[in-house]
Amino acid sequence: MNVRTEQRIAFGFLFFCTLLAVVPVLVILGIIAYKGMSALSLDFIFGMPESGMNAGGIFPALLGTIYLVTGAICFAVPLGVLSAIYLVEYSKDNVVSRLIKLAIVNLAGVPSVVYGLFGLGIFVVFLGFGVSILSGSLTLGIMILPVIITASREALESVPKSFRMVSFSLGASRWQTIRHAVLPHALPGILTGTILGLGRAAGETAPILFTVAAFYLPRLPESVFDQTMALPYHLYVISTQVPGIREDFRFGTALVLLMLVLILNLAAIVLRYRFRKKKRW
Amino acid sequence: MTVRKLREWCIERVIFTSGITSIVIVVLIFIFLLKEGLAVFGHVGVFKFLFGGNWYPISDPPQFGAFPLIIGSVFVTLGAAAISVPIGVASALYIAEIAPKRTKEILKAGIELLAAIPSVVIGFIGMVTLGPLIKSVFALPTGLTALTGSITLAFMAMPTIVSIAEDAITAVPRQYREAAAAMGATTWQTTWRIVAYAARPGMFAAVMLGIGRVIGETMAVMMVTGNAALIPHSMLQPVRTLTATIAAEMGETVQGGDHYAALFAIGIVLFVITFVINGVAELYLHRTTKR
Repeated sequence: MNVRTEQRIAFGFLFFCTLLAVVPVLVILGIIAYKGMSALSLDFIFGMPESGMNAGGIFPALLGTIYLVTGAICFAVPLGVLSAIYLVEYSKDNVVSRLIKLAIVNLAGVPSVVYGLFGLGIFVVFLGFGVSILSGSLTLGIMILPVIITASREALESVPKSFRMVSFSLGASRWQTIRHAVLPHALPGILTGTILGLGRAAGETAPILFTVAAFYLPRLPESVFDQTMALPYHLYVISTQVPGIREDFRFGTALVLLMLVLILNLAAIVLRYRFRKKKRW
Repeated sequence: MTVRKLREWCIERVIFTSGITSIVIVVLIFIFLLKEGLAVFGHVGVFKFLFGGNWYPISDPPQFGAFPLIIGSVFVTLGAAAISVPIGVASALYIAEIAPKRTKEILKAGIELLAAIPSVVIGFIGMVTLGPLIKSVFALPTGLTALTGSITLAFMAMPTIVSIAEDAITAVPRQYREAAAAMGATTWQTTWRIVAYAARPGMFAAVMLGIGRVIGETMAVMMVTGNAALIPHSMLQPVRTLTATIAAEMGETVQGGDHYAALFAIGIVLFVITFVINGVAELYLHRTTKR
């Protein structure tokens, strides 16, 4: 066979495979948007669920997810950023830093349901927080920690060495250098990682199954020790656990969840793109 | 000690403590899984737990043989790998070597969005579209089978495989391509025989991480595999995976009871499996970057 023909066939095949990987995204988005759009209304988004979730809205679940994600971020961002600062600015290439990197890789690979077990074991039972927003937030926070650390590390490493040198040469201490010469330039990258973490935390179900999620709770949570409904768990419940839920409600819930997560991810992609373009060094 | 030095010292302590949290958390996860789950190994025995064929946690007396669940996970994982590995590697080659710059950006964003879709949404879509399709194509009593799970999970492994394999391919030095071109090789010959060959360790790592993602996946798999804790004989039967078992049964257990402990023990099994897979992947990832 002619090498040119061979190349054309091979490229065609690779392109076809790429389509197979990417087109399902559009199909999924299309189906959910098409079937879920009719359910969307202000009453659906801001209403309480009524008559066994077959009427009313999803507001407690939406608000619950917002609470959980906020809690997770409050916990994971400070810890993750400081951890990244340690790895990039303080540690030398020794056993400790290598162990930390190995731990991060492993945390990123731990199945989400195992995080759920861990959260149940430590927060719900051992520390006595009960099945609560606090337990759920901390569990989600631990789960997104690797995302935040990895993004923050990349952001810090992308700040040129010379920035630090100049700061040191002016007599600044190490922390002053990090605070004034490094962190401001790493901020967009850290923000990108934070948004990605938000998206991940908003969509995860398994870690909140045993730590916070309520099957059906048509009122708003009042304290961090309350249970709450959550959007991904609500979708699971109405699509598998309760028979006979209206189809548009199921697709509508999926659509709201999907939009929430995709908007966050798109924001991160755009932010990163602009950040890379704007870099002047 | 001056105030400034004291401040520096304090900040350094705080940062160091935050730095080692990841290690602390990994250790804590392991300790808590052991603390809650170890009892079952004592009651049932490690061998009987791993290879016992009956998972009847609520009958009297209960039986905790996790073998059907392990086989369920293996079936679904192998099926998903068989679909996602060839497609994923081919996509990575296309995106890294062949696609024009703008197409490449769009495709990468698409893959990233696929990775972002929550697993419960993928499970839901698999349940309402793929399930009925498989049921009618193979004329089965139920469309929720190992095959349905494999196809659904293949799409969840794809983003991991594509993005990591793409990194590995991009990391192959330019000289390799130039040397091949100078010898008169076509782009395809270079891509397939030189670049893909040189990027093998990274691609292997990508596949391992993709498989790790599939084994640990919970919600989607629980929604589309039919959840029958029996040893399957074909891909067209319902199965129940390790992860789905934990998620589905934890709500019914008594805290501190045998069933509760058995589910934590499954957690230990999962934790060890993913630990090994990630460790191996990490080893191979470093091989590419060193070159």
